[in-house]
Amino acid sequence: MRLVPIGPDRFEIPTSEKAGMRVPARLYASAALLEGMGAGVLDQVTNVACLPGIVGAALCMPDGHRGYGFPIGGVAAFRTDTGVVSPGGIGFDINCGMRLVRTRLLEDEVRPRLQELVDRLFAAVPAGVGTKGFVRLRAADFNDVMRRGARWCVEHDLGWREDLDRIEAGGCLAAADPAHVSDRARERGIDQLGTLGSGNHYLEIQVVRPTGLHDPARARVFGIESAGQVFVMLHCGSRGFGHQVGTDHLRLFDRVMPRYGIRVHDRELACAPFRSPEGHAYFGAMSAAANVAFANRQVITHRIRDVFASVFGRDARVLGLEVVYDVCHNTAKLERHVVDGTEMELLVHRKGATRAFGPGAPDVPAPYRDVGQPVIIGGSMETGSALLVGTSTAMGETFGSTAHGAGRTMSRHEAKRRVQGPKLVADMAARGIVVRARSLSGVAEEAGLAYKDLDAVVDVCERTGISRRVATFTPIGNVKG
Amino acid sequence: MRHSRRVGRYRYLEDVAIADCAIELEGGDLDDLFATAAAALAAVMVDPATVPVTCKRRLALEAETRDLLLFDWLGELIFRKDRDGEVFPVADVTVAGDGPYRLDAVVRGAPLDPAHMELRNDPKAVTLHALALDSSERGWRARVVIDL
Repeated sequence: MRLVPIGPDRFEIPTSEKAGMRVPARLYASAALLEGMGAGVLDQVTNVACLPGIVGAALCMPDGHRGYGFPIGGVAAFRTDTGVVSPGGIGFDINCGMRLVRTRLLEDEVRPRLQELVDRLFAAVPAGVGTKGFVRLRAADFNDVMRRGARWCVEHDLGWREDLDRIEAGGCLAAADPAHVSDRARERGIDQLGTLGSGNHYLEIQVVRPTGLHDPARARVFGIESAGQVFVMLHCGSRGFGHQVGTDHLRLFDRVMPRYGIRVHDRELACAPFRSPEGHAYFGAMSAAANVAFANRQVITHRIRDVFASVFGRDARVLGLEVVYDVCHNTAKLERHVVDGTEMELLVHRKGATRAFGPGAPDVPAPYRDVGQPVIIGGSMETGSALLVGTSTAMGETFGSTAHGAGRTMSRHEAKRRVQGPKLVADMAARGIVVRARSLSGVAEEAGLAYKDLDAVVDVCERTGISRRVATFTPIGNVKG
Repeated sequence: MRHSRRVGRYRYLEDVAIADCAIELEGGDLDDLFATAAAALAAVMVDPATVPVTCKRRLALEAETRDLLLFDWLGELIFRKDRDGEVFPVADVTVAGDGPYRLDAVVRGAPLDPAHMELRNDPKAVTLHALALDSSERGWRARVVIDL
């Protein structure tokens, strides 16, 4: 497939390269990252470019890798009148996302209690296959969680009022409509509020090192005040509830596509017109699942605060356990963007891609509006994570989007062939990182060598201007499923 | 990596979706292929050798095509993992019909137990990506990608 360089770390695949492409495909990558993405990503991003109503270009962020339907790292915006909504452009883990919580604690204070802290967090936040959550819900309560997301948690003393100001969309998507959620999704998800999941989901205690303070002025705006400061990072989503919402509607879209005359290159791109009964139903159910994910991260934050308060014998407010930001990386949202000089409402799909709104955007919380939206990028459990900030370039080029993580370089089985879980845990302990995991084979699958170099991904974000580096965080404690 | 269970076989494909789990399945007949699919899925979640058989469930499904019956079958087992906290490495399956297709199964396994089982991954969903189910010289073969 012909790739045309169109600027530093930007490549475009013209519409002539695949029958049915309505717009070009554009990839943000260095030459090395592009080579690592392989032909699979090029095939998938050009499949996306064929979907009805797509505008601008089908995009792939620097952490892109082959997924199913959209590539991971895929972004696409659709007209709301002629465009489609596709579960394969969001992923089954609806509103999988990242939350960063700051503390006033320094590493020197945490180190002596680190093992206890990790053990207590591991006990307090259920993780792994088949676990049940710690929030007991009646059916009517669950409907309220679907409608109100993190707001429901705050109304039920499972969060602080000010948390809501630091969550994308205030922790509640207004389009949520429980009427379009199946009984199966309800049955599957009602017991899972407050669970972490498995795979690449984690709860991490992290430290910002002196070399990790890249932009001290912007860092200060986000509450990052000094080297040695301790943070908590959370990566999880809507759990079985969202997975079932995705399954139900994917199956339905696969059946109704012929009725709308839609043909796709990959069945996982099954879709329906946004302005159709099926598209409307999915958007309502998907937004409900996004709200459940916001609530999930919120109640886990509540548990984190309890554990820190207990271990350090001080109130969580005294310890300064404030949400820096909570950002989604698997969603479709209605947003206003400028296309060919005209501002319009678009349905922006991000699958393994983070919203990265720039300075001045109304959706950025007021305290951050002058600098831009925080962007939380999860790295591997060994190497650390990053905080970036959204830019006006992202608004102009990528529908306000950037990368979401390091991106895998090898399969889970390949990682397990190269790494033994128990040895990795011991090696990490020797490097000062305490790990508690439900599955040691799962730890091996998430080894640092299975991921791209996070710096290489962030470097491309910065060179292309789609987001800017503020700080990087080094893990010292990790809880996994 | 190859596993054998009766005449059914499965192997994990590593070049389809690297963050997820693609499985290639072979069965002497459709019943065997579907039983093998259940075993392969259970092995994604747990080490099957650590799962005692302490519970038995009867399942019945219907779908318009064979491949969507496989999609629904694995989706049902993933659903039960979350709703009931149970995993089923062993299945006796009968697939009948000529469109729609009907599945009747007795599955055997146990409640998930972190204290006594080696836990692995928590599958989220079956995908339609590269889903295939066809007859072959040795019976039936299928490919399915599970989102992890």
